[in-house]
Amino acid sequence: MSIEIRNITKTFGDFVALDDVSVGIRPGSLTALLGPSGGGKSTLLRIVAGLETADSGAVAIDGVDATRLPPQRRGVGFVFQHYAAFPHMTVARNVAFGLDIRHRPKDEVRARVEELLRLVHLEQFADRMPGQLSGGQRQRMALARALAVEPAVLLLDEPFGALDAKVRKELRDWLRRLHDQVHVTTVFVTHDQEEALEVADEIVVVSNGRVEQVGSPDDLYDSPASEFVMSFLGPVTMLGGRLVRPHDVELLGIAVVGSVAGVVEGVQRVGNEARIQVGVPGAPSVAAVLTRAALRDLDVRVGDTVWLRLAKGATSMAATPASSPDDAARGAGSVLTGAVSAPR
Amino acid sequence: MTLSLVDDAARAASSTRPGGAERRGRMNARRRGTRAAPPLSVGAGLGLGAAVIWMTVLVLLPLAAVVAEAAAGGWSEAVRVLTQPQTAAAIRLTLVQAALVTVIDVVMGTAIAWVLVRDRFWGRRLIDVIIDIPFALPTVVAGLVLLALYGPQGPTPVDVANTRVAVTFALAFVTLPFVVRAVQPVLETLDRDVEDAARSLGADGLTVFGRIVLPALAPAIATGAALAFARGVAEYGSLVLISGNLAMRTEVASVRILGYIEGGDLAAAAVVATVLLAVSLAVTLLLGAIGRVGGRRG
Repeated sequence: MSIEIRNITKTFGDFVALDDVSVGIRPGSLTALLGPSGGGKSTLLRIVAGLETADSGAVAIDGVDATRLPPQRRGVGFVFQHYAAFPHMTVARNVAFGLDIRHRPKDEVRARVEELLRLVHLEQFADRMPGQLSGGQRQRMALARALAVEPAVLLLDEPFGALDAKVRKELRDWLRRLHDQVHVTTVFVTHDQEEALEVADEIVVVSNGRVEQVGSPDDLYDSPASEFVMSFLGPVTMLGGRLVRPHDVELLGIAVVGSVAGVVEGVQRVGNEARIQVGVPGAPSVAAVLTRAALRDLDVRVGDTVWLRLAKGATSMAATPASSPDDAARGAGSVLTGAVSAPR
Repeated sequence: MTLSLVDDAARAASSTRPGGAERRGRMNARRRGTRAAPPLSVGAGLGLGAAVIWMTVLVLLPLAAVVAEAAAGGWSEAVRVLTQPQTAAAIRLTLVQAALVTVIDVVMGTAIAWVLVRDRFWGRRLIDVIIDIPFALPTVVAGLVLLALYGPQGPTPVDVANTRVAVTFALAFVTLPFVVRAVQPVLETLDRDVEDAARSLGADGLTVFGRIVLPALAPAIATGAALAFARGVAEYGSLVLISGNLAMRTEVASVRILGYIEGGDLAAAAVVATVLLAVSLAVTLLLGAIGRVGGRRG
């Protein structure tokens, strides 16, 4: 089922959470709403679910105008960051809730709950209370609960945000596989660009209440529409007035045509990655990332002179010197010049 | 009986010195029927000793004395007192009115707590403070105010003086805060996402309240109700002026007890008091159980 979001505006007092946002979500897709915290992506999701009302604009789900429908009549499954488990019901009763209140036959409900608990690998926990489950298990229960009513669309608000890194990684892979199995139109909100790039078919970058870019993960990574998108999707640095990714900066031991000379200011090894900081006269220092093998081959040390150039096939864009560092800092918190900072 | 209780308490205070950290051990000891408990820190022992002595002096001893006084006359004396028509009528009126007011409090108290927590309106904080006035006002003053307002000379067309409605009024006034104050903090900590989740699963407002909110509030409502009922059973000051204390009609048990005391029949007063105590205790336990079961059901 498709979702059509048209000209949605939402303000909280003076704060403009969403400013004339229009997005279309393809039926059966797995879409990420990606952006920094406070950028309006959760508000947008809640408006689609009917948990929040827009000041103006319209939402259509599966071609039907849902703008004025209460949440219980939108056919939307919603998964919350903090699980929102019904604490006084067993896992099975939690999952059955949507069917129970529709007064479906008992046998049908039991069969469906069993099927869903198998799907989320919680079949042996049916009689536990939510308080006895781990965070990851609770979130899987919440997913089964949302899927039980066969929603037209599944909406997940930072679904893995409260989980630790390892469980988050597992659940990401699992959500991807689940979507391949169930094919329900799914939209999830995240501020983690890695999560979006890894899981989604389509990414909608939302910042400051606006849609910055819509596209496939590769589109966004390879041809970012703005400095903001480029810097939000991964670390960036500046070379010769252009915004580039540190792993697209080539380090050479000799001068070649079009290269820039600089002096190595710092070398930091992180596993297989070597992060190298190069001071360039008259410009902010440049960050480059090499593999461990390339570092050994080059054998650069602090104080050495090296030559820098853009690697072949690199993505780069002209940086607007006045505004770009500021924009990037506001958006992604990654440092533009000098050291490479891992994006959140 | 009084003596043995004191003895028990003293022994509990001196020989066993269990504390919070050692709860498992203490329970094991109890299961084995021994009084042996692992030795505890001086602080924990002192704390427990102080708590037990305080409870004994303020609560256990007076209660035991009342029950002992009532038991002194034996069953026949108790039956004689309780079957005396005026006394029976007073006890019946007290229990019926306390139960009625408890029901009113459960509904109104939950509603007031809901409004105070969930709605934002001008004067909310003022109302939040006013809720506690029935606690702060001396009950006789409360009775006087009620009489002045809703009595024969009052400015309102309502005149409930010397009727059973007056008893309901007075009890409702003094027991108002219990359910409100029990429910309010629980409602404040309730996760709104849980209600949103239920709505997105297809529940309308009534279903969300009945299946999600009410079970979460049930234990708090039960606690408030038990307190309100117990207070209603024991109330004296606020209704003594407005109810008129008419025998067989508006006389409540506490007034009857005072009547017995003034007549020098302490044993009869103790019998009535013991009945009130027993009923309050039973209702408290029952409501606690209902709250726990209600909290488990969805």
